[in-house]
Amino acid sequence: MQVKLREPSIVMKLSKLGSFHQSKLSFLRSFLNEFKDWKYSRDLFDLDANGFGRAVYSFQKNKRIYSLVCFANKIQDEDRSDRVIATKWDAAFTLHDGVPTKMDLDRLSNNVPKQEVGRVSYKELTLSRANKSLRVFEHVVESLSNGSQPDKKILSDVGYLYRTTAVYGSGKFGLADRFRIKNRKEINGPFRLEMMLVYLVRQFTFDQVNHIAKNKNPKKAVKLDTEICRNLGIGNSTGLGMAPFIVNHPTLLNNWVYARETVLKKIREIKNVKNEDIELFKNCLIKSIKSISFWNTQSEFQIKKIKQLKIDLDKSYKYINNLDTKIDYIFNEIYIWAENNLKDECIECLVSLMMEPYDEIVNPMISKMSSDEDKYFDIPTDRTIEDLRNILEINYSNILKIDFSTKENNQNFWFISKNKEEPRLADRYLQNGSELEQPLAIARDVKKLYEKISNVKNSSTVGTFLIENNDLRHVVRRAFIIEKFPYAEIQDNIIGSNLMPIDMLRLKLSFFGANKFDPRSDKWLRICMFQGAPLPNELNNFNDQWIYESLN
Amino acid sequence: MKSYSEIDTTVKRASKAIGFSWGVSEEIGKSIRLLEMLGIAGVKNLNSYFKVYKNQKFQNISLISNNNTSSTPYCPISLGINFLNQLSHMENLGNLSISNVAYPILLIPFISRASYISGKKILLKIDEKNFLLNFNQSVASNYSDNNIVEKSNNVNISFLENTNLFSENEWQELYKLSEDTFVEESKELKEVAAGAGLNDND
Repeated sequence: MQVKLREPSIVMKLSKLGSFHQSKLSFLRSFLNEFKDWKYSRDLFDLDANGFGRAVYSFQKNKRIYSLVCFANKIQDEDRSDRVIATKWDAAFTLHDGVPTKMDLDRLSNNVPKQEVGRVSYKELTLSRANKSLRVFEHVVESLSNGSQPDKKILSDVGYLYRTTAVYGSGKFGLADRFRIKNRKEINGPFRLEMMLVYLVRQFTFDQVNHIAKNKNPKKAVKLDTEICRNLGIGNSTGLGMAPFIVNHPTLLNNWVYARETVLKKIREIKNVKNEDIELFKNCLIKSIKSISFWNTQSEFQIKKIKQLKIDLDKSYKYINNLDTKIDYIFNEIYIWAENNLKDECIECLVSLMMEPYDEIVNPMISKMSSDEDKYFDIPTDRTIEDLRNILEINYSNILKIDFSTKENNQNFWFISKNKEEPRLADRYLQNGSELEQPLAIARDVKKLYEKISNVKNSSTVGTFLIENNDLRHVVRRAFIIEKFPYAEIQDNIIGSNLMPIDMLRLKLSFFGANKFDPRSDKWLRICMFQGAPLPNELNNFNDQWIYESLN
Repeated sequence: MKSYSEIDTTVKRASKAIGFSWGVSEEIGKSIRLLEMLGIAGVKNLNSYFKVYKNQKFQNISLISNNNTSSTPYCPISLGINFLNQLSHMENLGNLSISNVAYPILLIPFISRASYISGKKILLKIDEKNFLLNFNQSVASNYSDNNIVEKSNNVNISFLENTNLFSENEWQELYKLSEDTFVEESKELKEVAAGAGLNDND
């Protein structure tokens, strides 16, 4: 049986993309699998009694070494801010390519804590900073130094000791350009080095909290229980800075979604599903149902979605439990039932769960989730206007129906803020600066392009059209990209008044492998990464479904 | 050192700020990054051009022909973009000359990309400076001082036919030497090689 890939016009709607969940394809899970046979070590741990100082952690295999360099700093409580405009953090980190020399460490200590106003070099691969979750951190130090383990309820409410507020890579602030490292086999997957940084930071937070507790009360202090460590991750506050990424990297977006869709299609095409595979799926489903009660948020928007998800997951369990597991194409049956009976949040959750038994389907797709974007930059100027028109009509059919003469469809504009060079969204009719709008209003500009070519001869070339219409060059380029990469474009208007920017964040973060999405407004959210993940010294033997254990 | 990604992003934004469309600004960003990666002073030349861009007049070229002349200096970016827009036509022309081009170094990355797209090497002459553009992989040039070039009197662009740089005789001499790595096959082995024993007229 042949199952068709799901239509981009459905999958790429923001409400759908904003319902994606982590899966086996997620970058933090594929990172752990790739690095499970690397040698982990803590090479330097030079902190004072209060936990301030520097530390170095590394992964090594053969002659390749990646070193996380950590700087823990004393800051005043009033300086602690998760906003991107902050200038001081509890700790700052960089992932160094190789073993840092003493000179490197001194250079980095002068620059890494300054983050955006410092400079790093091509020898550094990623850069980040993080703040303590003060309430949890102090509670853990207090408990450990008194010889007891912390209150699990307090830990569970938050889920981490530190949260990062930005993780930079790919040439930012002098970091290595991606082309320098892209051919390394171990990083043949998006954001792998960003994942490594976050993962090693997590270990640093455990070591630091143990160190402070020990120094506070050397005789009585105990170490943070391994099981508790495993159930703590790293938090992250994420705002609009992340949203334009998925618009600015269309081939990459395509490759992520295409991988997910291809895996789903192949699973639906399995005729005889082994009993052990359906059992694994059901087991993960049961754990997911349980974990929903630990998904805390104050966001009305998310509370509603979680409530519906809980109802739908219970419904799914009942349906699947009553299903004859020996029927042919059982996952296809489940999928079709889900589409007819459930909301997007649960449908996409089930899609993720279905992947769990199938390494042989998922793993080959992981290495295809990167993209050599420059290969698709050139516009084929010898193609005809007829070709261009057909591409637009086929790939942007929903977009072409939007009426951009209405105020609400033009409500917002994206711009880069002057103070931190970060993307922001503002109301075109209330705020200044719309003349400096970023080229992210793809839907509006595609529609404009379509209208502009309506009077151009079919046989005319795209190159000839562009001579007089370079203002539309950016969307002409995208049209020829989407022709090859059907999942390259969000099929929605991202300047409309009903835009939920957090849907864009959720899409990206689900591919990262984040969980516990906690929207703090429609423009930023908190998440948790690596909660439940094996510790570095457990990497050579761990349960691949760890993420479902963790959420409890 | 600035990363190439920083160069790309900053150039793109600066180009938009000076008045180019976003689509063209994307092209300029990639082009200057390419120049810098090739070891040619892209940022320096662009920065110098942008300093005078608003206050001086530059000619935007539309349709490019064999001979293009203008009393006002041609904008190298408009020229580069339109060269790509009309690439098939440019290939048919084979050779073309453009007089009076401002900041001609900025033209190089566009012609380099044209070399890749067309699959032909292109010889670009900027007055006495020669640039052999090899499929956007490398540039052979006698321009090595990396100075700012504010203007050229004459730019010549020639698409080169895909020919080898050596004679048949030189090739045969090398091939003969390579034969010394071959081993004479025995009669027995020949009889079991692919296709052996079958009637090939089936």
